[in-house]
Amino acid sequence: MSAPAASRVEASGITGRIGEAVLSARNVAKSYGNIQALKGVNFEVHRGQVTTLFGENGAGKSTLMRILSGVNKPTSGEIILDGEPVVFHSASEARDRGISIIHQELSLAPNLSVRDNIFMGRELRTATGVDFAEEERQTRALMAELEEDIDPLTPVEELRLGQQQIVEIARALSVNSRILIMDEPTSALSASEVEVLFKVIRDLKARGVSIVYISHHLEEALQITDHAVVLRDGTMTAYAERKDIDLEWIVRNMVGENFDLGSPPTGHAIGDVALAIQGVSVPDAARPDRMVVDGLSLDVRAGEIVCIYGLMGAGRTELLECVAGRVRASGGQILLEGQDVSHLSIAERIARGLVLVPEDRQRDGLVQTMSVGQNLSIASIAAFTKGLFTSRSREQALVERSIRNVQIKTDGGRAPIGSLSGGNQQKVVIGKMLATEPSVVLLDEPSRGIDIGAKGEVFRLLAEGARSGLAVIYSTSEVGECLSIAHRIIVMSRGRISAEFGSNVTKEEIMAASGEAVVH
Amino acid sequence: MTDVSPADKRARRESLGSGFDLGRILLEGRAFFALIAIIVVFSILSPFYFSTSNFLIMASHVAIFGLLAIGMLLVILTGGIDLSVGSTLGLAGVIAGFLMQGVQLDAFGVVLYPPVWVVVVLTLCVGALVGAINGVLIAYFKVPAFVATLGLLYVARGIALLMTNGLTYNNLGGRPELGNTGFNWLGFDRLFTVPIGVIILAVVALVCSVLLNRTAFGRWVYSTGGNARAAELSGVPVKRVQVTVYILSGICAAIAGLVLSSQLTSAGPTAGTTYELTAIAAVVIGGAALTGGRGNIRGTMLGAFVIGFLSDGLVIIGVSSYWQTVFTGAVIVLAVLLNSIQYGRRRARPAAAAATPTSSPTGSAA
Repeated sequence: MSAPAASRVEASGITGRIGEAVLSARNVAKSYGNIQALKGVNFEVHRGQVTTLFGENGAGKSTLMRILSGVNKPTSGEIILDGEPVVFHSASEARDRGISIIHQELSLAPNLSVRDNIFMGRELRTATGVDFAEEERQTRALMAELEEDIDPLTPVEELRLGQQQIVEIARALSVNSRILIMDEPTSALSASEVEVLFKVIRDLKARGVSIVYISHHLEEALQITDHAVVLRDGTMTAYAERKDIDLEWIVRNMVGENFDLGSPPTGHAIGDVALAIQGVSVPDAARPDRMVVDGLSLDVRAGEIVCIYGLMGAGRTELLECVAGRVRASGGQILLEGQDVSHLSIAERIARGLVLVPEDRQRDGLVQTMSVGQNLSIASIAAFTKGLFTSRSREQALVERSIRNVQIKTDGGRAPIGSLSGGNQQKVVIGKMLATEPSVVLLDEPSRGIDIGAKGEVFRLLAEGARSGLAVIYSTSEVGECLSIAHRIIVMSRGRISAEFGSNVTKEEIMAASGEAVVH
Repeated sequence: MTDVSPADKRARRESLGSGFDLGRILLEGRAFFALIAIIVVFSILSPFYFSTSNFLIMASHVAIFGLLAIGMLLVILTGGIDLSVGSTLGLAGVIAGFLMQGVQLDAFGVVLYPPVWVVVVLTLCVGALVGAINGVLIAYFKVPAFVATLGLLYVARGIALLMTNGLTYNNLGGRPELGNTGFNWLGFDRLFTVPIGVIILAVVALVCSVLLNRTAFGRWVYSTGGNARAAELSGVPVKRVQVTVYILSGICAAIAGLVLSSQLTSAGPTAGTTYELTAIAAVVIGGAALTGGRGNIRGTMLGAFVIGFLSDGLVIIGVSSYWQTVFTGAVIVLAVLLNSIQYGRRRARPAAAAATPTSSPTGSAA
């Protein structure tokens, strides 16, 4: 391992040439029963650089990550760490060798302090107990290294999501990880938090830490990555260095063809105002004197798709939840086809044709204990109830129609909901709401955590709906989505509308109006 | 995450082989097999166990727990718990006894002897009232179910003791000249040699099974317990569902109270003490998840019969009541253990769970 001094990284005790393979998978295959999740993948993690794994849901990204981090063992093939084949029997074994994984769902205890989280499970013991002072000192040092001003004694639940992620990274660094696997680290972060995270990642690179990055947010990943690896159906379809590729290259390799999310549906008549939001305000649950939605007014016409673009915390979710009836407005009116519905319950609004596809499908969208079919039919029970009793045949017909309409890949209505991929689960949530035959549908970040193919199908559904007179409000934090689906784009910032555009706007204009600095 | 095609799933299921399937059948039908095992073992140990008359006697004991367990199941399916059912049972018996003795109306100087059907209706109303208080506290005032129903456990028991001064009503038969006879019919009597209590249990079980499987309300119950937030956003009136299941649980407890006091031909204020725990045990043995959303009437009935037949069997073969307690406790722990194996397996391996859908998790069966 002799290398020119200039490119050696020694500050953190990590030696070796930047860019050389530190961890590699050779012909790694993994099967669950007869399912081949991975079919002989070769994959390299480069020292001190970011390697991004691209791929649709089900392409095998997570399986590969589980193998690299020691959670699962490959069926065949080998893992090579620092030039030697290794076999990990557990995640903690991999961690001892310097490989840590940060999952999409953070694994922190919210009630404990930053210090206690970082040393959870490996507390520094003394004869009389835990050496809290030393733990605190080390935590402070870690935070200083990461240039984050977080007090070690703050309970984690008081931190913003982005800061919590930093704590998770600090925990990985505290066990001297030199390979950090990050699974969708930005999915819940605001643009400014993403910037902080990217700065941390660059710092980590400078210290020689190698990073494996997984994200559905392609544009974002392109900003940070040095290498791109694309997986499709359990095989590696493409590899390239950052300088040789662009967004289109990734998408083409992910889906296997030239893929375009398309443009907003045209050629159909835009009807009357279906939903009128008039001066609606929603107070902050934690601080009732503050308004998260502040006197906002918006009209949506039948057949129109309106995108609400904004950062996290702009008030999009609160606005949509208020319109759907989950949250009470403190002022203003919500008119559905001219009638005030602001005093109605969620069920009554659904009955009148106003439905919400919530942002977090696991928490708010699906009943995990129920089957695919029962999830699809839950919002339209009245449609298959005769007198007192539900009709199995009519429910069956409704479920089959929904599965066909939204094209859910499933074993049938009786399959457990957990057996579906993320994109198909999202289609169940959308299908459930469309089954109620709504006239206005609100979608809160429906593309979160689903792959580009599924996203395209969601867009197709919305376009079809709009053509048949559905009014659609679509909330998103991805500018690209606005341009490919919306007739009208509303930019929301701090609870108010900060700008309104037609479909002929550019990304830069939208982002500027949201108060977002374009991240480079 | 892993996208699996249907063909792959079938292949996977077949590749698992029969050994695994047998394990699955045993695991999922555990309450049924446990009941068979109990009947076989005790029939060998005692010549008196395996007889129609003994089964009927045991079944009439099961009826009490079974009625409580059905109400408990409804509550547990929504993710709640109802600790007050034992006390409600006792209170219902006392109310019935009180009414049967005649109600003195001082203002008019008369004693009112309500007919039995009025007694039954009023008693059920008291049960429903206890349930309604539970439900409103839990759904609207956000009191944790454990705490709210624990409070009602004390309050209901206390009222029963206050009403009777700790004594027991013994004269429940009524008198023909007062037109209030017939209380015996609720549990003591038999119809075609079957104890009335057992028939009542069967009817209640049937009604609730239809309620859970064939009505919108049933679907609401399962979805509320599975994910209340998602259910609410899908238009399920979650709060109303919660209040309703506690009311139904209270009514079930009141029915059990009527049946028990009729069986015993007396109503004491301490009747039904700790029965709520037996009811929870029956629900759990029947495979319901305490986290809500999973479970069914069939399982709960099996659970009630397992507990009833086990404890009566132990009595018949002369095992001391202390040992009975130990056995019952062991059975409950074992049941919960098996539950967590069944549900834990499903969660722990999402990829594998996709390939082996464990049988219909919700009320597709009675």
